[in-house]
Amino acid sequence: MHRAYVRVLVDVDETGKVCPLRIYWEDGRSFSVDRLLDTRRAASTKVGGQGVRYTCRVRSREVYLFEDEGRWFVEAKDAPGEI
Amino acid sequence: MRTILHSDLNNFYASVECVYEPRLKKVPMAVCGDPEARHGIVLAKNMLAKAAGIQTGEAIWQAKQKCPGLVVMPPSYGRYQRFSRMMKEIYANYTFRIEPFGLDECWLDVTGHRMSGPEIADELRRRAREELGLTLSVGVSFNKIFAKLGSDMKKPDATTVITPQNYRQLVWPLPAADLLFVGPATRRRLLKRNLRTIGDIARCDPNEMRAALGKNGEMLWIFANGLDRTPVMEADESVPVKSVGNSTTTPRDIADEQDAHMVLMLLSESVAERLREQGLMGRVVSLGVRDCDLSSFGVQRKLPTATALASEICSCAMELLRAHCHWEKPIRSLGVSVSDLEFADGDAQLTMFPDAGRERRYDLENTVGDIRRRFGHYAIQRACLIGCREFGAINPRDDHTIHPVGWKNG
Repeated sequence: MHRAYVRVLVDVDETGKVCPLRIYWEDGRSFSVDRLLDTRRAASTKVGGQGVRYTCRVRSREVYLFEDEGRWFVEAKDAPGEI
Repeated sequence: MRTILHSDLNNFYASVECVYEPRLKKVPMAVCGDPEARHGIVLAKNMLAKAAGIQTGEAIWQAKQKCPGLVVMPPSYGRYQRFSRMMKEIYANYTFRIEPFGLDECWLDVTGHRMSGPEIADELRRRAREELGLTLSVGVSFNKIFAKLGSDMKKPDATTVITPQNYRQLVWPLPAADLLFVGPATRRRLLKRNLRTIGDIARCDPNEMRAALGKNGEMLWIFANGLDRTPVMEADESVPVKSVGNSTTTPRDIADEQDAHMVLMLLSESVAERLREQGLMGRVVSLGVRDCDLSSFGVQRKLPTATALASEICSCAMELLRAHCHWEKPIRSLGVSVSDLEFADGDAQLTMFPDAGRERRYDLENTVGDIRRRFGHYAIQRACLIGCREFGAINPRDDHTIHPVGWKNG
């Protein structure tokens, strides 16, 4: 697995709370975040890196999306384009 | 009885690098200073490098002799600072009495918390692991000295509890050198009296300790017997580096702008060099002026971009002087300091149009710094100082090195 940096569409409310809405994959596909399940500070044990971890439901699967100093990454399988 | 924790982030710099590059956990790795700048020493190492016998402070070439496959990583101070801050945010969930000891160690006073000391220690270790990807060693005890000894006993990722019941078994067999403030010189003096372990010190007559080592001897006896009552300073009492400054009282009074410019240039050079050594740059330049009647004033100005350049610091100080000093009396001493600091490799704001001239000035000042380190301060001088012996002989950097406030005085 590797750390894949991605483009993300986020919603920031008036209190500063951040909610990711859509993840754009490097091959042009995009995935909508169906539900935000959890937000906490965490380190990625699988691909390294650390930041605010958003646990998102994407196509009925749980995906960890990390925000590290303004950049966002996902834990990606080594086959390109797979989460 | 108090409950004091001492928490130590294991192999801190190296562990932070491993958080970002997990493959580094599987090879011997050391974070080292820049050999090009002749800072090529080991700053931190991971467990595998430690097992290969590599020691903090040794040169890279020595380390590579011991372990040819050693992976060398440059330090990322901005990142270490950030992890240290995040860890302190976690501590702040349990107490506001947090006293940092460097970036990677802290004492916490959790007396009266609904959770017990060991429970808090275990929770801190779990949170450091999950939230930051780092491991902690925590010592739990009833004073700061034993808590610190405890955090050194089991590594990595462990809690050690030292109580009034078990400290004789756990602490007393340790070598005397493990106590805070026992360096090589004190150790030699203790050895002369056949005091080898902490227990030897504890069982000794306090008067004898005082006679042998003065006030420090008595302090060590207090430490060894678990009688230390030093409080844990509160978070906002601790003093991180907030500014870098130098001041000097000149050999003769400063009578005009030309004199003042020379002195400000000397001071700015010293401040800039120290900033660069610590990987810092600052945004606010302050000028302090004291005249020959000892009345003084201080003024400051914010720069558009953070700097560690002597030329920029000096011209800002000079502008402040022109704006605020009316030369009614000659000046006796001047001071320059830079605050609102940030890490040079970290969050420095990028300018829209990079200034090539500025980069060249950085190169130039770094080169001057290198020449001075290799051949001495006076090997290279500003042309403006050559004609003036009195001011040219001032070396603010080496003449007054102000050390951080010691723990003893804290």
